[in-house]
Amino acid sequence: MRERVAKGWSAGLAALLAPVTLWLGAFFLIPLLFIVAFSFGTSEVYGGITLGFNPGNYLKVFDPLYLKIIVRSLGIAALTTLICFLLGYPLAYFIVFKGRRWRNALVLLVMVPFWTSLLIRAYAWVVILGGNGIANKTLQFLGITDGPVNLIFTPEAVLMGMTYSYLPFMVLPLYAALEKFDVRLKEAGKDLGASRWQTFLRVTFPLSLPGVIAGSILVFIPSAGEFVIPDLLGGSQTVMTGNLIQNQFLQSRDWAFGSALSVLLAVLLLGAIMFYIRRVGTDKLEGV
Amino acid sequence: MAATTPKGSRKGTMGGLPDWGLLLGSVLVYLFLYAPIAVLIFFSFNSTRSTQVWTGFSLEWYGQLLSDPTILQALRTSLTVGVIATLIATVIGTMTALALSRHSFRGRAVADTAIYAATVMPEIVVGVSLLVFFVSVFVPMGIQLGITTIVIAHVAFTISFVTIVVRARLSGMDRSVEEAAQDLGASPVQTFFRVTLPLILPGVMAGALLAFTLSFDDFVITFFISGVGSSTLPLKIYSMIKFGVSPVINALSTVVLVATLFLIFGGSRLLVRKENAQE
Repeated sequence: MRERVAKGWSAGLAALLAPVTLWLGAFFLIPLLFIVAFSFGTSEVYGGITLGFNPGNYLKVFDPLYLKIIVRSLGIAALTTLICFLLGYPLAYFIVFKGRRWRNALVLLVMVPFWTSLLIRAYAWVVILGGNGIANKTLQFLGITDGPVNLIFTPEAVLMGMTYSYLPFMVLPLYAALEKFDVRLKEAGKDLGASRWQTFLRVTFPLSLPGVIAGSILVFIPSAGEFVIPDLLGGSQTVMTGNLIQNQFLQSRDWAFGSALSVLLAVLLLGAIMFYIRRVGTDKLEGV
Repeated sequence: MAATTPKGSRKGTMGGLPDWGLLLGSVLVYLFLYAPIAVLIFFSFNSTRSTQVWTGFSLEWYGQLLSDPTILQALRTSLTVGVIATLIATVIGTMTALALSRHSFRGRAVADTAIYAATVMPEIVVGVSLLVFFVSVFVPMGIQLGITTIVIAHVAFTISFVTIVVRARLSGMDRSVEEAAQDLGASPVQTFFRVTLPLILPGVMAGALLAFTLSFDDFVITFFISGVGSSTLPLKIYSMIKFGVSPVINALSTVVLVATLFLIFGGSRLLVRKENAQE
């Protein structure tokens, strides 16, 4: 029998790998090295940069003004993850255990909104929450408010937009984890005298934990680096790290500080992923 | 699985939550997912400028959409970028998938990690690092930010996705046909084009479709590296939203939404049919 997997390097293998190495090397890796280098540089007044070893850009993060924004971003991202979990877990549970023959259709229904552009999803909320929009009309109709109140450009609006945009990222890994679940385990729990809650908390939930972690990472990462949603739905009170980075590059022209913030964001988020891979392995991420 | 439980509906209950509670909650979440899109589409057919109060049916905003040359220009840019980037990314991604699934070599773990790193790196970091790179290297060489830089960036962030999709297809493939071809005297190149490629074509096409959709929808990375002259459709939509709410944006969103869904559903049905035909 012929060997199924060719071992070692050959000219053919080198040829297959050359284009990806060149492209990702030149247009992914080297640019990342550029911002690492820039993050230790010193920005000049007119937007130029002097390279060197200046840790000042990283120390600037601890300036209360910026620290507040970073902590707020992490807070909003964590809250988004929590809300997505609270909405997503029962839904995934419902699809797996109650979906019956509509299971696939129900999963597809979760995925469809996620295929539409992020911008369009954010715009939908601009329309709904804005001015005397549908949200305000509903509140007045229900007698909760008397007149139009300010709903858009608030932290709640940002949370709403983020939850809306990233919910599918939570549901899909949860679905994948619960789908593998052997129902007989639950029966065993019951036969041994556990109540429904006990069975759920001690059998079902712990077994779905890899899905919970995968979903949380998939929601947390884009949320923490988000800048479109706070840009369109938020105001000065909801500036997030993403907006701060954008601002350094496109308005204040402080590329050194912007680079330092980007490096921090990347390290933080990749660190979270590494932590996950260590604990659970890559196959779950592939499954999504 | 449900068949193993005699009282399936009771045993599947989540904690103490009754079935109807679970059902109601799920219906509400689906409503949350679809209501905003429904509202968006609904008001694209409104007869007045309002995106809040329904005044009657009209196609006025779709008409305005078609008569706005800047929107059509942005659409043309998006399609051009999408097609070129997809072609390049699909070829490179397929080659990479072949290398990773058919060879074991020193440094494969590094290659694997790099492929995944490119998919999980926050978009904003990719965007600003490319901006810094293009401004420091390309602009001095006389290449301004524009379609070229957009295509380069789109290829860079889509290669990994193509690789992952094609690789999944390769791993499910029966290798004996390839071996038969080689035993019958086909060269490796002939084997690839005559045997392997036709077999993995659904995977390659799925990868290409994904690459095109990602490129067509990308806003964040493109936002940083597009320069002043060229605007893709998402950039155009962004500047329209920034300018103010208007039913023209609703109409444009509806068109983009329908086109994206058509592409995905049409594409996946095509793939399913192809796969069935091969079995």
